[in-house]
Amino acid sequence: MKRLLAICCYCLGLMLSLSATAAEKPLPSELEPLLQELTESSLSKAIPVLDALEAEGGEALQPLFSYMLEGDLYYIKSSRQVIAVSEEAGQETFIDMLSGSEIEPLSSRDIKKIRVNNRLRGHLRDAIARLQLGSESAAVRESAVRSLLSDLDENTLASIREARLNESAGNVKDVMDMALALYRLESAAEASDRIEAIAQLEGSLEGDVRNALNRIADNDPSPQVQQAAQKALVGIEQKVEFYAFIDQLFFGLSLGSVLLLAAIGLAITFGVMGVINMAHGEMIMLGAYTTYVVQLLMPNHIEYSLWVAIPAAFVVSGMAGVLLERLVIRHLHGRPLETLLATFGVSLVLQQLVRTVFSPLNRQVASPEWMSGAWEINPVLSLTLNRLYILAFALLVFFALMLLLKKSSLGLNVRAVSQNRDMAKSMGIPTGRVDALTFGLGSGIAGIAGVALSQLTNVGPNLGQSYIIDSFMVVVFGGVGNLWGTLVAAFSLGIANKFLEPVTGAVLASILVLVFIILFIQKRPKGLFPQKGRAAE
Amino acid sequence: MNWLTQLFAAGRTPGHRVLPFVTVLFLVTTLASMANLMLPESSPLHVSTYTITLLGKYLSYAMLALAVDVIWGYCGILSLGHGAFFALGGYGMGMYLMRQIGDRGVYGNPDLPDFMVFLNWDSLPWYWMGMDQFWFAMLMALAVPGLLAFVFGWLAFRSRVTGVYLSIMTQALTYALMLAFFRNEMGFGGNNGLTDFKDILGFDLQSDTTRVALFATTALMLGVVYILSHLILKSRMGKLIVAIRDGEARARFLGYRTDLYKVWLFVFSALIAAMAGALYVPQVGIINPGEFSPLNSIEVVVWVAVGGRGTLYGAVIGALLVNYAKTRFTAIMPEGWLFALGALFVLVTLYLPKGLVGLSGQLAASRERKAGKAAQQEAHS
Amino acid sequence: MTAIDNARELMRPDRVWPFLVPPAAPVDVSKNVLLYVEGVSVSFDGFKALNDLNLYINDGELRCLIGANGAGKTTMMDVITGKTQCDEGSVYFGQTINLLEKSEPEIAQLGIGRKFQKPTVFEAHTVFDNLEMSLKTAKGIWQTLMARLSPTEIDHIDRVLEIIGLKEHRFMLAGALSHGQKQWLEIGMLLVAEPRLLLVDEPVAGMTAEETEKTAELLTSLAGDHTVVVVEHDMEFVRSIARTVTVLHQGSVLAEGTMEQVQNNRDVIEVYLGEEA
Repeated sequence: MKRLLAICCYCLGLMLSLSATAAEKPLPSELEPLLQELTESSLSKAIPVLDALEAEGGEALQPLFSYMLEGDLYYIKSSRQVIAVSEEAGQETFIDMLSGSEIEPLSSRDIKKIRVNNRLRGHLRDAIARLQLGSESAAVRESAVRSLLSDLDENTLASIREARLNESAGNVKDVMDMALALYRLESAAEASDRIEAIAQLEGSLEGDVRNALNRIADNDPSPQVQQAAQKALVGIEQKVEFYAFIDQLFFGLSLGSVLLLAAIGLAITFGVMGVINMAHGEMIMLGAYTTYVVQLLMPNHIEYSLWVAIPAAFVVSGMAGVLLERLVIRHLHGRPLETLLATFGVSLVLQQLVRTVFSPLNRQVASPEWMSGAWEINPVLSLTLNRLYILAFALLVFFALMLLLKKSSLGLNVRAVSQNRDMAKSMGIPTGRVDALTFGLGSGIAGIAGVALSQLTNVGPNLGQSYIIDSFMVVVFGGVGNLWGTLVAAFSLGIANKFLEPVTGAVLASILVLVFIILFIQKRPKGLFPQKGRAAE
Repeated sequence: MNWLTQLFAAGRTPGHRVLPFVTVLFLVTTLASMANLMLPESSPLHVSTYTITLLGKYLSYAMLALAVDVIWGYCGILSLGHGAFFALGGYGMGMYLMRQIGDRGVYGNPDLPDFMVFLNWDSLPWYWMGMDQFWFAMLMALAVPGLLAFVFGWLAFRSRVTGVYLSIMTQALTYALMLAFFRNEMGFGGNNGLTDFKDILGFDLQSDTTRVALFATTALMLGVVYILSHLILKSRMGKLIVAIRDGEARARFLGYRTDLYKVWLFVFSALIAAMAGALYVPQVGIINPGEFSPLNSIEVVVWVAVGGRGTLYGAVIGALLVNYAKTRFTAIMPEGWLFALGALFVLVTLYLPKGLVGLSGQLAASRERKAGKAAQQEAHS
Repeated sequence: MTAIDNARELMRPDRVWPFLVPPAAPVDVSKNVLLYVEGVSVSFDGFKALNDLNLYINDGELRCLIGANGAGKTTMMDVITGKTQCDEGSVYFGQTINLLEKSEPEIAQLGIGRKFQKPTVFEAHTVFDNLEMSLKTAKGIWQTLMARLSPTEIDHIDRVLEIIGLKEHRFMLAGALSHGQKQWLEIGMLLVAEPRLLLVDEPVAGMTAEETEKTAELLTSLAGDHTVVVVEHDMEFVRSIARTVTVLHQGSVLAEGTMEQVQNNRDVIEVYLGEEA
């Protein structure tokens, strides 16, 4: 199903790109009678006409078939001229299929749709796939073969065999071989042939192969073949299970990356400065809303909006953080519980502010095209691109921050202040300014986390709240003041959560993780990687 | 009589003011109750049943604030999860009230509450057994939160989890409970909680007399809890609790097992909160998982902060004032309330570290400082 | 085999079951040694704060510990009072009581009192309350909840107040005292508790010369009935009170003896005055 969708998407994309130029390659003129016939034939008679067209016209007919598949193919009542009507942004374009050129718009009364039904659509898809076997792009050829797998017949097979001869790309060849083997499995008369085909198909993860093997395992007249099919199936199942595990792991890592992004800013403000910032979640929320606003400001450039949003969110949340530090937290130095309460108050105000300005409803932030879609590794494992990017992004932010703390003078100052504030002060480090900057940095990173989150969920006033407890848990679990600990904790909690979820359900999983952390803190109050020595006292 | 005079004599020490507090509480309760029951509705002095219920609600909030003050103001343990004990106590009472509905529910099932019929359960879960007995339900309403507080406190205080860690853990506790109670499978009515109560101990919950009785009971219990807290805090144990707040390590080196002191004080405080919850539910007529939300618990902390922590009456005053403000505010401009509450958090922590009751002392001190400065300047010139 | 051994061990007539040992067993000082610290090592993150430290304190002795910063003086006190776990070694109070098995409150109840480097008193309490809480009484929750001061206890507190010179300030909040007064109050809290062993960390820091002299007098008078271990940097002060001095260096004992012996010890001179001496 997914594959079909992908093909359709591809066709759609092809059409869009073609209609943008608003012209098609002209068809050979000898096809004209066949086109005429197409307009005249009834639904049931259309297949032979299509076959004839395919045989005569070859690859040039692909646009025609695509238009027909989409129901965009018409003919002019008076002249029986076949035209395509494509619509983009409310603008209809009329293209004469034979000449390939755009013609004057016609009224809908003058034209008549060439009807298609499901049987025809299936036939058209196969025909398009067969035509695409000759495409120049290896990816198109490969997906064409895949789409043919579910419906193999002599005719199709012949074209695959033919294409196989001049195929150069290895992976396309493999798929073609698989198609051939699949056909052989289902149609070969000799049991040994079928067993050979099974051997060839072993380890394949294609849904069609599994279906076919299942059929054979149950129904094949020869017991040896049945046995071989069963054996192959067991192997395939194991592989599928393995990939399901990888899939779960990926989701765990993805949750972990979100937790990491949310917690890493906190690891700085709480871990390094010892300031507990209950408004940290709202800094994330501000970042997410900044993304939303940036997209509102540049509606025609959604593709690039994220590149603007990331620095913008950093600045907005960072400024908010610096303000918060200057106006509130600085005055509560050394009183952690009061700081907690005051920042909680700030978080309430910020939430309500957003509710008043943007409405309490969730806002949808668009994903740029390059982030949507999935990376299909094989038929059972596909990783969604946005999660993949966010995972990479989280690691990037993490290591950038590491580098900043390790190499820059701000980092040096921050580390000095965190280890011994009084000493740092007497060494001439402006602790006040370092505090403000550190806080701004932590909050700015929270803002960046907000940009990433806006790509995964809807943006609402409560966005930050749902992450605050989790991120505290991550920081505490990992050990306060230890960025590596935060990294390990975020990913292990994310993975634990995702692996518990199928067993216990999502809510119970998060409860279990919470309980686990509570118990863990009992055993090791300083987290996984505690700061040791007298400084920690 | 001797202990009574002793009690009131001790009550005159600043910080508790037992005698004035109990007197005011008694007077207000009696007057309000009489004004509701005896005066005709046309009288200008008549107190409506709505007001009585509102007062009863405020008083149970005051009790909750007292619980937080005992643990935070005196022992320095900032619990952001006291709402959990409050809600558990409330659920205990709610379960009893639910069983009292009997076959008057929508589905008319004499054994099962409506939501269980709706979920197609065929029998009561084991933890609902016996909840139709008032004494047993009340025992559970106190025992379960008490036990939870004991286990939590035992684990936390023995491993010396303190400060913000502890606060975050208490918050996580109430958050986890909220998630759990939102689940239908838990058997506590899920999202909707427990509601549609009919009567308590055979008295109609809607009638004026029952309302007044509930209000009076709440006032009475508040008084009892107030005096009890006062006695504990005035004893050597109370002094030790404050000592633990200010220097736990020192107290340990004096030979006191501070963890045990903290655990038991935490349990005591949780029991007060649970009792407040049990008194709250019949008056407002509903208990749902929203009561577990971390925001609720942290709001209680701000009541105490506004009133003035470390003084028992401060907590009560704070709870009454903030809740009155909330009632007025949400009636006039609902969106404004969170702004006000947030600002309250910030302003109180920044400018009123001792709350409203500490304001006079603070003002006096700043006046002295100013006077001192002026004198200095004069001396200079 | 082991079963038989176990049974034999079980049937041994002179065996004393741990739960039959009276909890408040008096300290056994039959060998005239109150505190044994043997082979104790503590390390923080690879840094050896204590390195195979051996120290024996006699009953009724007044012992001074000196040593440079980081010599392990405070860490040693932390180990004795149960604040810090040691990596290896043993610490015995008298002949029978293993201090390493006990928690801080238990150790305090055994009669080991400690004064911290930084004066720590309960600032929100009055001087009197501070002393009341330090009394040598039952320290369980129920007992403190029900506690009433007996006239003897009040007398005792009054006597201590007199000794530490805070009699007029008895109802003053401890937070309002001066630094020196807080030092005195903390010493008073030790005295009220009537400990068997006093561990005193830098008692005269922040005191005037007069107060220092008074402290020296007090500590000397305490020795005999109590055993006192003093850590101090002030050499004059040490000379004025010390009978036996122990020098710690890099976590172990460098020298031990009278002040003169120690001052003439080659190792001590080397460590304190540098290689060339």
